[in-house]
Amino acid sequence: MTFDAVTAVLVIPAVAAMVLAVLPGYRLSASINVAAALLTFLAALSLFFFGRPQPGPYLLVDDLNNVFIVLTTFVGFTTSVFSANYIGHELETGRLTPAVLRFYHAMYQVLMFAMNLALVTNNIGVMWVAIELSTLTTVMMVGVYRTHEALEAAWKYFILGSVGVAFALFGTILVYLAAEPVVGQGLNSMVWTELVVHAAAFEPELLNVAFVFLLLGYGTKVGLVPLHAWLPDAHAEGPTPISAVLSGLLLNVALYALLRFKMLLAANPHALAPGPLMISMGLVSIIFAAFMLYRRRDIKRLFAYSSIEHMGIIVFAFGMGGPLANFAGLLHMTMHSLTKSAIFFAVGDIAQVKGTQKIDDMGGLTETNPVLGWGLVAGVAAIAGLPPLGIFMSEFLVVSSTFARQPLLALPLVLGLLIAVGALFLRLNSIAFGEPHGATAKGKGSYLPMFAHLGLVLTAGVYLPGPLVAWFQNVAKLLG
Amino acid sequence: MHSLTFDIAHMLAGSLVLVSFMLLYQDRLYALLNVYALHAFILALSVAWQAYAQDAPHLYITAAIALVFKAIMIPVVLHRMIVRLGIHREVETVVGIGPTMLLGMGLVALSMVVMLRVTAEADPLAREDLAFALSVVLLGLLMMVTRRNAVSQVVGFMSLENGLVLAATGAKGMPLVVEISVAFSILIAFIVIGIFLFRIRERFDTVDVQAFDSVRGERS
Repeated sequence: MTFDAVTAVLVIPAVAAMVLAVLPGYRLSASINVAAALLTFLAALSLFFFGRPQPGPYLLVDDLNNVFIVLTTFVGFTTSVFSANYIGHELETGRLTPAVLRFYHAMYQVLMFAMNLALVTNNIGVMWVAIELSTLTTVMMVGVYRTHEALEAAWKYFILGSVGVAFALFGTILVYLAAEPVVGQGLNSMVWTELVVHAAAFEPELLNVAFVFLLLGYGTKVGLVPLHAWLPDAHAEGPTPISAVLSGLLLNVALYALLRFKMLLAANPHALAPGPLMISMGLVSIIFAAFMLYRRRDIKRLFAYSSIEHMGIIVFAFGMGGPLANFAGLLHMTMHSLTKSAIFFAVGDIAQVKGTQKIDDMGGLTETNPVLGWGLVAGVAAIAGLPPLGIFMSEFLVVSSTFARQPLLALPLVLGLLIAVGALFLRLNSIAFGEPHGATAKGKGSYLPMFAHLGLVLTAGVYLPGPLVAWFQNVAKLLG
Repeated sequence: MHSLTFDIAHMLAGSLVLVSFMLLYQDRLYALLNVYALHAFILALSVAWQAYAQDAPHLYITAAIALVFKAIMIPVVLHRMIVRLGIHREVETVVGIGPTMLLGMGLVALSMVVMLRVTAEADPLAREDLAFALSVVLLGLLMMVTRRNAVSQVVGFMSLENGLVLAATGAKGMPLVVEISVAFSILIAFIVIGIFLFRIRERFDTVDVQAFDSVRGERS
């Protein structure tokens, strides 16, 4: 038997989770966490170069999810590096205890396992289970500080997330019911590659209802307005590495599930077009989040709302469809994951330096902590979509493809983007510049993950390698 | 014979909807738990009947799990927890019982209209089951949003989960999901009981979710 990278992507985190659950001593656990995440990333990367296994009833690797897997494992790895520094400080201040940390590391790997499983599975039932598992693990991690606010956030996330996954399961059952008369009873009716081949013969009305449930269900996890209520709280009250993983990865995983079902609907000529539904939810998310950005007083909440805005842009782009908009959506998703996690790395260090998350208690960061301050400035410039950074390019593509096809839709889109940019710079101004106030301790974090991400975003904005472009174009065609 | 099979399945699924309504008007936590046990018991019967009707022996396992865990163990554990933690015994509602019942009827009508229309081609057994299952899911959701206590929200969620199991067993020959979803519903229940209630109790004097509202939204 040859080296099977897909199995490795699943087995490494699973084994690491078990090892970390029994190992005492947080230093060793943190290193093992980093090592496991690195190995997983390498295994995922090898999928690019050494070919991929044939799709079976349970596992599938194609051009679409290969991008997601590599991105997920990469950010998973850099976040584990950041986390190793972050938790040391949390231990010193007594917010976390060694026993809790053991739990935290084990949960981190379980989360990686769940996300990878959701991405590589070919079975819509297993996909649902994996997303449910990722919800449960993140609920527990959000509540890990056990403060009043953290418990409230975890409870809210748990209730909304569970209702979301319950709807998604109902949608999955309906898809099975639609498939059963055509594909036949049993396992094959839940295998995505089988479904998509036969989708044209499915009962269209049943598929429509199924998609509405799936959109509501997985849309809750994507954080689309009006199903977003859990997202800012969960981001603000959990440990910052988890905020980075939530924003950068978990939202993508739910989006990926949605995309799979969108492709299923697109394959049936009589089913409703999923595009308009996704476009309207995307637009509402962009505009709502853009206005909400203005009143934020908590730095992590600020960037949580920014995540809602960007998920809105991505869902909007995929809703528009077509090669160019899909390409832009994919690129934007990649850039957003990298940038947002970089920002959360910076925010985590800032919150530790200042001892608070309140924006009012921070100021003049570029003077007191130049590296951190300018890192944050670069990150916000990237997320706001300034050239020459990567998000500028992807947003430009989204906007221009919309102008070319639906000029009226482009107006609210551009309006939302501009409003958000204004809010972000308003807040950035008071955090990074001006009279320094608040605590001025030196940051002890590692800036490597943050600058690695920002470097990638800058490179992508200046020059996208040819093979990558070809790959994304290919995926964009696949998405229809 | 076929019509008898169908009638019994129909009656059991219908009873599940009825018990969902009973959950809506309970105003004592103990009574709520007892009704929930009844809910899970009827689910077990219904799943067992589906196992018999579809000749799918693996569904008996699902039925047994529903009976042992959901109908017996979870209500007992929750009952003890209420005693030990000294939780308020009353169910506090956001919306009055009357309007809630009316809303519930509207939701049942809605799910009938939606599901019966779109599944016109499907097997009648699966069709009726699905319509009832959606009603149970929506009623569970209604219960979650109209209750303030954490315990009654959890009961609402578990009844919602029961509706999903009903839907999954109604779909003929559906693989995997029955077993896995049952395992997950149990996991969820345990997580809720073990972690949330315990921690909430550890920090506050109430399991009333309204106590959270003091910190809702933006803290400046």
